[in-house]
Amino acid sequence: MSTNVILEMRNITKTFPGVMALRDVSFSVEEGEIHALCGENGAGKSTLMKVLSGVYPHGTYDGEIYYNGELKKFGSIKDTEEEGIIIIHQELALIPMLSIAENIFLGNEVAKGGVINWAEATRRTTELLAKVGLKENPSTLITNIGVGKQQLVEIAKALSKKVKLLILDEPTASLNESDSNALLDLLLEFKKQGLTSIIISHKLNEISRVADKITVLRDGATVETLDCHAETISEARIIRGMVGRELSDRFPKRVPKIGETIFEVRNWTAYHPIHSDRKISNGINLNVKRGEVVGIAGLMGAGRTEFAMSVFGHSYGQKISGEVLINGKPADVSNVERAIKSGLAYVTEDRKQLGLVLINNVMHNTTLANHKGISKNFVIDEHTERKAANEYRQKLRIRTPSIYQDVVNLSGGNQQKVVLAKWLFANPDVLILDEPTRGIDVGAKYEIYTIVNDLVAAGKAVIFISSEMPELLGTCDRIYVMNEGAIVAEMPVAEASQENIMGAIMRSGEKV
Amino acid sequence: MNTPNEATQTASPSLAVFLRQNMREYGILIALVVIMVFFQVITHGVLFRPVNLTNLVLQNSFVVIMALGMLLVIVAGHIDLSVGSIVAIIGAVAAVMMVNYKIDPWTTSLVCLILGGAIGAAQGYWVAYHHIPAFIVTLAGMLIFRGLTLWLLGGMNIGPFPIEFQRLSTGFVPDFTWFFGSFSFSIPWLQINSFFIALNDQAVGPFDIQSTFIEWTIVNTSTLLLTLCVILGMVYSNYRSRQINLRHGIEVEPGIFFVIQNLITSIVILFVGLQLSTYKGIPNILVVMGVLVVFYVFITTRTTIGRRIYALGGNEKATRLSGINTERLSFYTFINMGVLAGFAGLIVAARLNSSTPKAGNGFELDVIAACFIGGASTTGGVGKITGAVVGAFIMGVLNNGMSIMGLGIDFQQMVKGAVLLAAVVFDLYNKQKG
Repeated sequence: MSTNVILEMRNITKTFPGVMALRDVSFSVEEGEIHALCGENGAGKSTLMKVLSGVYPHGTYDGEIYYNGELKKFGSIKDTEEEGIIIIHQELALIPMLSIAENIFLGNEVAKGGVINWAEATRRTTELLAKVGLKENPSTLITNIGVGKQQLVEIAKALSKKVKLLILDEPTASLNESDSNALLDLLLEFKKQGLTSIIISHKLNEISRVADKITVLRDGATVETLDCHAETISEARIIRGMVGRELSDRFPKRVPKIGETIFEVRNWTAYHPIHSDRKISNGINLNVKRGEVVGIAGLMGAGRTEFAMSVFGHSYGQKISGEVLINGKPADVSNVERAIKSGLAYVTEDRKQLGLVLINNVMHNTTLANHKGISKNFVIDEHTERKAANEYRQKLRIRTPSIYQDVVNLSGGNQQKVVLAKWLFANPDVLILDEPTRGIDVGAKYEIYTIVNDLVAAGKAVIFISSEMPELLGTCDRIYVMNEGAIVAEMPVAEASQENIMGAIMRSGEKV
Repeated sequence: MNTPNEATQTASPSLAVFLRQNMREYGILIALVVIMVFFQVITHGVLFRPVNLTNLVLQNSFVVIMALGMLLVIVAGHIDLSVGSIVAIIGAVAAVMMVNYKIDPWTTSLVCLILGGAIGAAQGYWVAYHHIPAFIVTLAGMLIFRGLTLWLLGGMNIGPFPIEFQRLSTGFVPDFTWFFGSFSFSIPWLQINSFFIALNDQAVGPFDIQSTFIEWTIVNTSTLLLTLCVILGMVYSNYRSRQINLRHGIEVEPGIFFVIQNLITSIVILFVGLQLSTYKGIPNILVVMGVLVVFYVFITTRTTIGRRIYALGGNEKATRLSGINTERLSFYTFINMGVLAGFAGLIVAARLNSSTPKAGNGFELDVIAACFIGGASTTGGVGKITGAVVGAFIMGVLNNGMSIMGLGIDFQQMVKGAVLLAAVVFDLYNKQKG
């Protein structure tokens, strides 16, 4: 491995109206290494990568970029791609209704005079797919393959462009454990072949596994660059750099005070909204008690979100049958309005699509699910609304210049808190939290756990859906394990472990 | 921990920053003023003559009224292409009822408004509950209701209507201070003879500014009194909401800007009021329009229904998952649009004093253009009632001014198209810069 510096970014400063996103950031990457970029949400990681990849063209920022020793002034993404700098964004940029081959060569078609040579394109796609270890037909539509495979298609697409420096923004955020591992192995494999990568991730265990160097950003400035080969870097060490303090415990302590059963689902069965013969929930029985946090573990695609949404106002699926009891009495959850009235709230895993009206401000989003609480005869009492929004902003420590800020301008963690604020203001008895900490930083995660603790301390019940098992083990009192739309195990947290949960999933898979 | 004080720091930005941030809103107002001044000069001052001012109001009332409904439809993320045809069919039904069946105007109007709502409901049903794109549904509606109109009228005009019905469009608010009689006064005035006039008059310079006196003869004192009341009410309510906003740390315009803005608006209203009071006074329809505008501003800014429509247009799925019946909400916006289009149909029929198969032809384009010129977003979730009203007046002044100039319909359409495109381009450009 050579030690040439392939990329050097010097004194990068980038400002948005009212915000300095990057302040004098310097960053250098050596050829053939995997360089991790860490930092809390809003620390400037993505902005820095957008500067590098030409999303923010030369002239919109201050500072210099040297690539292979030359000063570069990238005017667009096209410029950087020509140099072999490819970025794969957090939100995948694939077109669902086009095939794998069409996506890989989109904008870069194997064509002569505008006429596409499909045979050649298919052949090359097959080659590329083999390189990333994906066994799919090149003509399969993107919409028909899972997120993990889509991520691999993105990488294959990058390879097709003769990538020299690959930038991955949160590549494993929506992947399950085995897909994540496969992806990381792939990166290590590419490293052997001399590819340089920059990886942004919140998952510190992954970073420690693959990274050669770690650069930590905080509040738009470089804090430090750690060399993983010179010393062993612990997760606690990285966290200290990110938040500026040691997080002694990643999960706040709580003494459970569990009361009577408040929420119960009996024999819940639902079918897929389009494929009406496919069961998405299969005879699910589940209960939660006052003051209890109950986890639902499972792999991606186990049907947890589908189950939660079908319970919450029949928002997903069809031919739904089963019973919901709240405080022992049958509750009507046949639409969202009634589900809310029954005391239910569902905090979605997809905050941008399903949780927030991004172009509306913090105040409007906070009160959206409880207009009754701020109005009389349809007329909004502005004073009450302002008070409510400010109260939750303080309670949840939503970092925003004011409650009049549009939520699109907030960082992921703060957006998540706004979604939570909305549901807390609706004052439910039972909250279903679906991946509430996905894609947010360690500090914000800790705050969310604290909020969960406060909720159950106030006698509410929480159902916690998460793909991160340590998180479930750290926050829940009891864990259900779900696989293929059915509950396959239930265990108190004292008896639960990652091995137990995985074991339950594997065993249930074998039975089929 | 954050305190409310933190927000207060950003309460009053500097004038330059403020102007840049609110370029869109003031840009369109400035555009309206520029267009008005332009036509005032180029038409030798005809534009602002009392008669023409009255005409301007009468000609545009229905566009403004329909723009109120259209804005809600557009904010909700839909569109309604059928409003021109609804105007025609409602006019036709009103004509048949009043002329052929001798039904009284009040009953007729009520039935027509309900019918308008029913037409809106029929279209909204497909859009809201079956998720058929509004573009398709209302395009179909546009053809169907135009066809129905032709069939109902048998290709002929029906009229005239009872005088009470005509008053809807051509009546004026009675002068309750008639005993004052008329009085006159003079104020100094700057007369600008422009380049265009110079050509006709064969004068030397391109601009010839003279100070003269113009005489106002007020024949309708109650109009003047009403105008003063409106001005006082407006300034007071602006002041009050500014004080409330300041107290709660909401960003407000810089103080000087507030004063200038209110001063200009007051002068404009006073000018219009003065002009109208030298003629027949305030047209009935202006009052109706004013009340409707205030009502819809209230609906959009202060009620849960308004709030929900913006949320629906901003993100339908998130809104539905917040327990809001988005389908019913979409449905309601179409019913509302239908009622307003029906009302516009009555106004148009009353104004022409006959119902014609061609009534309302192309209105949908003026109305939709007014909303987009007024800053509504094509993707929904963004738009203001006041913007749509100003947009409607821009279209109206363009129509009226060019007609006075004697420009043909061909040229008028080209200009209006260009203005629409320019407004939306300006919008996008602004957004990208911000």
